[in-house]
Amino acid sequence: MADKKIRVLVAKPGLDGHDRGAKVVARALRDAGMEVIYTGLRQTVDQIVEAADSEDVDVVALSLLSGAHNTLFPEVVEGLKKKGMNDVLVIGGGVIPAADIPGLEAAGVKAIFTPGTPTKDIIDFIKANV
Amino acid sequence: MANESLKAKLEKYEADCKKAEEKFPERVGLKHKKVYTPLDLEGFDYETELGLPGEYPYTRGVQPTMYRSRFWTMRMYAGFATAEESNKRYRYLIANGGTGLSVAFDLPTQIGYDSDDVMAQGEIGKVGVAIDTLKDMEILFDQIDLSKVSTSMTINASASVLLAMYIAVAEKQGVPASALRGTIQNDILKEYSARGTYIFPVKPSMRLITNIFEYCSKNVPKWNTISISGYHIREAGSTAAQEVAFTIADGIAYIEAALKAGMKIDDFAGRLSFFWNAHNNVLEEVAKFRASRRLWARILKERFGAQNAKSMKLRFHTQTAGSMLTAQQPNNNIVRVALQAAAAVMGGTQSLHTNSRDEALALPTTESVTIALRTQQIIAYESGLADVVDPLGGSYYVEAMTNAIEKEAMEYIKKIDEMGGAVEAIEKGYIQKEIQDSAYAWQMAVESGEKTIVGVNKFQQEEKPVEGLLRVDASAGEFQKKKLAQVKAERDNAKVAEELAKLEKAAADESVNLMPVILDCVRAYCSLGEICGVLRKVFGEYKPHVTL
Repeated sequence: MADKKIRVLVAKPGLDGHDRGAKVVARALRDAGMEVIYTGLRQTVDQIVEAADSEDVDVVALSLLSGAHNTLFPEVVEGLKKKGMNDVLVIGGGVIPAADIPGLEAAGVKAIFTPGTPTKDIIDFIKANV
Repeated sequence: MANESLKAKLEKYEADCKKAEEKFPERVGLKHKKVYTPLDLEGFDYETELGLPGEYPYTRGVQPTMYRSRFWTMRMYAGFATAEESNKRYRYLIANGGTGLSVAFDLPTQIGYDSDDVMAQGEIGKVGVAIDTLKDMEILFDQIDLSKVSTSMTINASASVLLAMYIAVAEKQGVPASALRGTIQNDILKEYSARGTYIFPVKPSMRLITNIFEYCSKNVPKWNTISISGYHIREAGSTAAQEVAFTIADGIAYIEAALKAGMKIDDFAGRLSFFWNAHNNVLEEVAKFRASRRLWARILKERFGAQNAKSMKLRFHTQTAGSMLTAQQPNNNIVRVALQAAAAVMGGTQSLHTNSRDEALALPTTESVTIALRTQQIIAYESGLADVVDPLGGSYYVEAMTNAIEKEAMEYIKKIDEMGGAVEAIEKGYIQKEIQDSAYAWQMAVESGEKTIVGVNKFQQEEKPVEGLLRVDASAGEFQKKKLAQVKAERDNAKVAEELAKLEKAAADESVNLMPVILDCVRAYCSLGEICGVLRKVFGEYKPHVTL
């Protein structure tokens, strides 16, 4: 399905208000030809799963800079699974220490992008994995 | 004419430079000229534009002597996990020469949720200290004499509650509110446009803010009732001129709200303070600080008719730019922070926080914080930068840039005025969009290599993950929840219900100042979540304008 646009939900779980990164990534993905839906701030896990379902997305991109990633990222993956959305690609970004990345990957987050990542790397990863 | 001769020389100079410059095309595209001369300051009148330090329009500084009499306050922003842990960090900072406290609260506290709220899970104690009741505040300031220290609290939507708790802790220490010195951020407009920790809609939020202005002008006269913040606007991606413009536009909105509530300009304007970012471009930042002082002084005098000199003085705290810290080669951040901090000092800041090298990775370790504090001490005691007031005043370049930033900011402010003011500009998403466009342009400039970030898009090297980062684990949250349950079991719950009922009634009556009512609530150990819960019920919640 080469001509179908990749659909991405960019989501901000938890209470974190830092959305510079999420918005820059959202715009870069859109400029790369993807359909992007941005949730806005302060989304609960249920709201994110609901939005992913109703928007029928291929990718959920989570952004968090508050340190709550170990709790909230795996909950999103679980929530998607419960809804039967096993093939949705979940990726994450933010202030995330390297030591936390293996645990998040084991929980089903396919990639973590940390500060300084060029948006091109995220675009390439999504294109290669959807 | 001397100028004619200089013009001719400049033309020849430009022609002579051309050949050399062609070899470095990436340097030609820089936005500033390569050299500045008196021609860039034609018509410049020293006394109108600068004056002496401590003299209108305060371009050169708000105090006559600046750092010749007293250094800026070395105020390190800190707070994590529990009140117990954070109290230890504060006492460490004071013991090591820190001269003021700056409290970082966790997100549930900033957004008005108790630690046992479902919304708080995963976030307790992560980005700052968790405060649920007065009990936590008592622990936070244990063995710290509130009559001696000045305390800044980064708290906005729930600022009234935390200020009330601070006043109540002081009462218990035997320190009267009239002796308290410090600042609450209390700047809700930039929460809507850039930082995100809002709770209530605009109107009741502005009421809470003006209630605080009024209460403090009578009861806590040495308190800075607001810190109108450009810092987060810049962190969200704005340019230097946008940082000044959007922040001063917010300041104008607060003044207008207070005037509308019946206050007189000189009764509150002297307690308004500001908070700026110190970004990477050292001289542009110095110009920004100078321009912001001149602009604010002129607006207060000319637009609002302030008579008292204090009302016209833009006093500010500075923090070095968190968004410019790199996760790559984190020790390089020590150098970035030193340069940014130097800009803040040359720009005449009243207080300063220096970021730590590891903050693109986690909250800072004690060792990293110590280096950051020592950086300020080296600037103060060794560098000579603090020996002369406004040392860059008179530089053709810095004066030209000060003029340019003031002019660009004024154009934005005019545009925002035409839209009906900062509140309307935020509700339309205009300010958010301007910031986002700048953030995106920055990112694209970094990715194209037009802008170099050392260690990120140039001079990269293979690195091992940094070890020994500070971690706040889940035990802090569990400890906090237990402590809250204990307070709830031990307090007089009939009294709590009575005070919360009074608060609900007062909140519904716009003519009532809520500060004394909230103070009664915290004295009775009502929790932050209970107080904000009542206010949520009466005021409703803010619905953000989501722009992309």
